[in-house]
Amino acid sequence: MLRLGRVVFVISSERNEAVLMLSPAEVEALLLSLRISAVAVLCALPIAVALAALLAHRRFPGKAVIDGALHLPMVLPPVVVGYLLLIILGTRAPVGAWLLQHLGIRFAFSWTGAALASAIITFPFQFRAIRLSIEAIDSGVSDAARTLGANAFDRFVNLTLPLALPGIIAGAITAFAACLGEFGAIITFVSNIPGETRTLPLAIYSALQSPGGEAEAARLSMLSIALALIGVTLAEFADRRVRVFAGR
Amino acid sequence: MSISVQLKHDFGAFRLMAEFSVAQPGITALFGPSGSGKTSIVNAIAGLLRPDEGNIVIGGETVLDTGAHIFVPPQRRRVGYVFQDARLFPHMSVESNLRFGWRRAPIRAEESEFERVVSLLGLEPILARRPSRLSGGEKSRVALGRALLSSPRILLLDEPLSALDAARKAEILPYLERLRDEAALPMLYVSHALEEVAQLADAVIVVKGGRTVAQGPVFDMLADLDISALTGAPSFGAVIDTRVLEHREADGLSVLSFNGGQLIVPLLRRAAGQRLRVRIRAEDVMLAAEEPRTISANNVLLCAVTNLRESGAAHADVQLLCGKARFVARITRASAVRLGVKPGMPIFAIAKSVIVDPQAQPVAP
Repeated sequence: MLRLGRVVFVISSERNEAVLMLSPAEVEALLLSLRISAVAVLCALPIAVALAALLAHRRFPGKAVIDGALHLPMVLPPVVVGYLLLIILGTRAPVGAWLLQHLGIRFAFSWTGAALASAIITFPFQFRAIRLSIEAIDSGVSDAARTLGANAFDRFVNLTLPLALPGIIAGAITAFAACLGEFGAIITFVSNIPGETRTLPLAIYSALQSPGGEAEAARLSMLSIALALIGVTLAEFADRRVRVFAGR
Repeated sequence: MSISVQLKHDFGAFRLMAEFSVAQPGITALFGPSGSGKTSIVNAIAGLLRPDEGNIVIGGETVLDTGAHIFVPPQRRRVGYVFQDARLFPHMSVESNLRFGWRRAPIRAEESEFERVVSLLGLEPILARRPSRLSGGEKSRVALGRALLSSPRILLLDEPLSALDAARKAEILPYLERLRDEAALPMLYVSHALEEVAQLADAVIVVKGGRTVAQGPVFDMLADLDISALTGAPSFGAVIDTRVLEHREADGLSVLSFNGGQLIVPLLRRAAGQRLRVRIRAEDVMLAAEEPRTISANNVLLCAVTNLRESGAAHADVQLLCGKARFVARITRASAVRLGVKPGMPIFAIAKSVIVDPQAQPVAP
């Protein structure tokens, strides 16, 4: 990680001394990206864990359809997801209007909408990783817990969660890294508002659209690459640490 | 605490029909070849298998009655289960594993009981370890302790030794024997190994093709030719419940008494009065129509022939009754004809060798 930072530093200082300094707008985009990604991952996590636990080890008619639907955001163009969100949750769309009027919640053109879009797009990353790790738990161990007096909730809390922890952490970190890169769904659903919805990728896009913005785009791209590498490395590291904890 | 089981289950290719009851504490072996349905029976008792039809009563509580739609889930049956593959919780220390069932028991055992089980099974040195850092024998002992500490009404042991090599088996067997003699709880011990059954069990239930076909005390069952014909295994010979009567140290011999006479064996490391299970293989028993007076063998017993069965091409197994103890002799069919062996006739059995638990054997000089 340290070496990584030095590489970024060397590359940027060769070109221009001022490259390393981010403008206030760029810092804003970075912090906004981190906030939106964190909120998106944390809100989707419990849902991913619950659905993964429900779908792992269980067979019922229509399971394949539900499974497919949960994976859909991974294969759909993000623009389509953004568009769907817009026609459901837009301020004049039925659900969006109702939420705004009765609960005062507005997703459209707001950072919360960006978080929602990111959460939906990256949900399959979390869901898949968690489900695979729950399915990898030996069901015999769960049977043993039953004969020792543990009910379903008890087993979920004391066996399933700790044993699936490697998958949960790896899934969350991967999803977080993917959130940082979300572009299509955000720009379609909540537009590109500085300070509200302009995340790193949107800021890079904007910089490229404006004359003389190449240096800014390069800086922000470098930053994105560094963040992505940190995320992936952390996921790998956490996975290994937790596997040791889980005794595997 | 007693248990009565009656169940039917259709697995498609295989039909399970079991019916038996166990009233006394001690080890009852569910004995039969692999695939005969033994594990399915204990799974049904634990509640992990829900049979098509059946009725299971544990200590007076009906835990299964398909007619009345009663099905008590496993977590409320208070049945201790020691699985073949231990199934320890990999993310918990040995101590947390042991306390898992202990914490959840409706009537939690005293802390002193926890300490007693830990010391009975020799677990003190490994309490802080993770299961991944335990040997096979240690895992088995932890699984046994974990089940015992959950305050079960009955203990199910599904081939707890089958995954272990001979040395690890020898390590666990004494713990199981102590448990049998000390714990006042019925244990169902699934096994396909006659050696284990002979050493551990008080009673035997024979399972064949998904059915429970015979039940009785181990000393009668293993020496019964009809039972060995049923299991398809060659006759195991006699397992005899004896008591150490006296030591004749000058001769280097010990005398054991049983409910049919006495047996003389090389000097033992057991106090007089202690119980000892010995085994006499069918191949090690000769028969004589008249009392052999000048013979080197020490153990000559007057018996009655109770049954006769052909064994292989050339041999015949002869079932004998000496007092209340059963023996089996394997002789050639030609000899059986020459001696005129038939049920009811008195005969002298000469035991060439008596097999004693290695732990009771004298230390090699």
